[in-house]
Amino acid sequence: MPDDFSFPVESGHVMLFARAVGDDNPVYRDPEHAASTEVQGPIAPPTFVQASYHWDPNASYPRPGRPWRGSAAGPTGLPPGETSSSGRGLHAEQRYIYHRSLKVGETLTVRRRPGETWQKQGRRGGSLTFSEEISDFYNHAGELVVTATSVAVITGRAVDP
Amino acid sequence: MALNASAISVGDTYQEVVAENLSRTQLVQYAGASGDYNPIHTDTPFAQEIAGYPSVFAHGMLSMGMTGRMLTNYVGDGRLTAFGVRFTRQVFPGATLTAKATVAAVRQEDGQHFVDLALSTTNQDGQEVCKGDASARIDP
Repeated sequence: MPDDFSFPVESGHVMLFARAVGDDNPVYRDPEHAASTEVQGPIAPPTFVQASYHWDPNASYPRPGRPWRGSAAGPTGLPPGETSSSGRGLHAEQRYIYHRSLKVGETLTVRRRPGETWQKQGRRGGSLTFSEEISDFYNHAGELVVTATSVAVITGRAVDP
Repeated sequence: MALNASAISVGDTYQEVVAENLSRTQLVQYAGASGDYNPIHTDTPFAQEIAGYPSVFAHGMLSMGMTGRMLTNYVGDGRLTAFGVRFTRQVFPGATLTAKATVAAVRQEDGQHFVDLALSTTNQDGQEVCKGDASARIDP
């Protein structure tokens, strides 16, 4: 599939991710400890596949020579008149199905596909549009490792806290 | 250590405090680790002046990731078969979050034991920020 991309599950990345979610479990970073457990080697935390975004060819991050929507001299680095919809898009829901353990050292193939889209009147955010994106993560043997379903919501205005 | 089906019952709960006085620096840390650099999570001028929020707020996936820590501590490493949450309220810097799992069912499928859990993560005011469910393989 043309939009597939590779996602190497690297030990340093897994260590940083586990640290970022405050998880000090040595099974995510210590090969010796992990070898003594049921999983027999380092694995990644349950939400780690989210970090595949780093490898997504369409990932959004500041790059040289391109305006970035975050603040710089002013509250946004985008040129006047250009607006960003990112402030209205929110992550509403996330689901994972785990088919097998996500082992450090594997390289996964990520295949994204659209799911359903629906609309709803929100109590706090005006009119809401929900859309699902499904990501399948395959190992080198072509076995499904994780299925991730992300539901995004676009709100009519900033959501009251 | 994995859970044992014989040692748990519907209604049992397990909880952990997964964030205490959540820092903006941890939001930066999560942005870098996850690759989600949406400035509403780390950039106060953008969050307030462009997006119209009172301040930056945590990635929903950070709350889910921290909830996942409670979950794997409870069910054991590599035991989850499903994990899903809805993000029901924003999490702002300074938050203290408690993640709780409640046993909803203990079942058997093809000789393998499973537990189904209801998940709720709440802030320091008792408001739910994530609500969801999970399933895990457990021992007899």
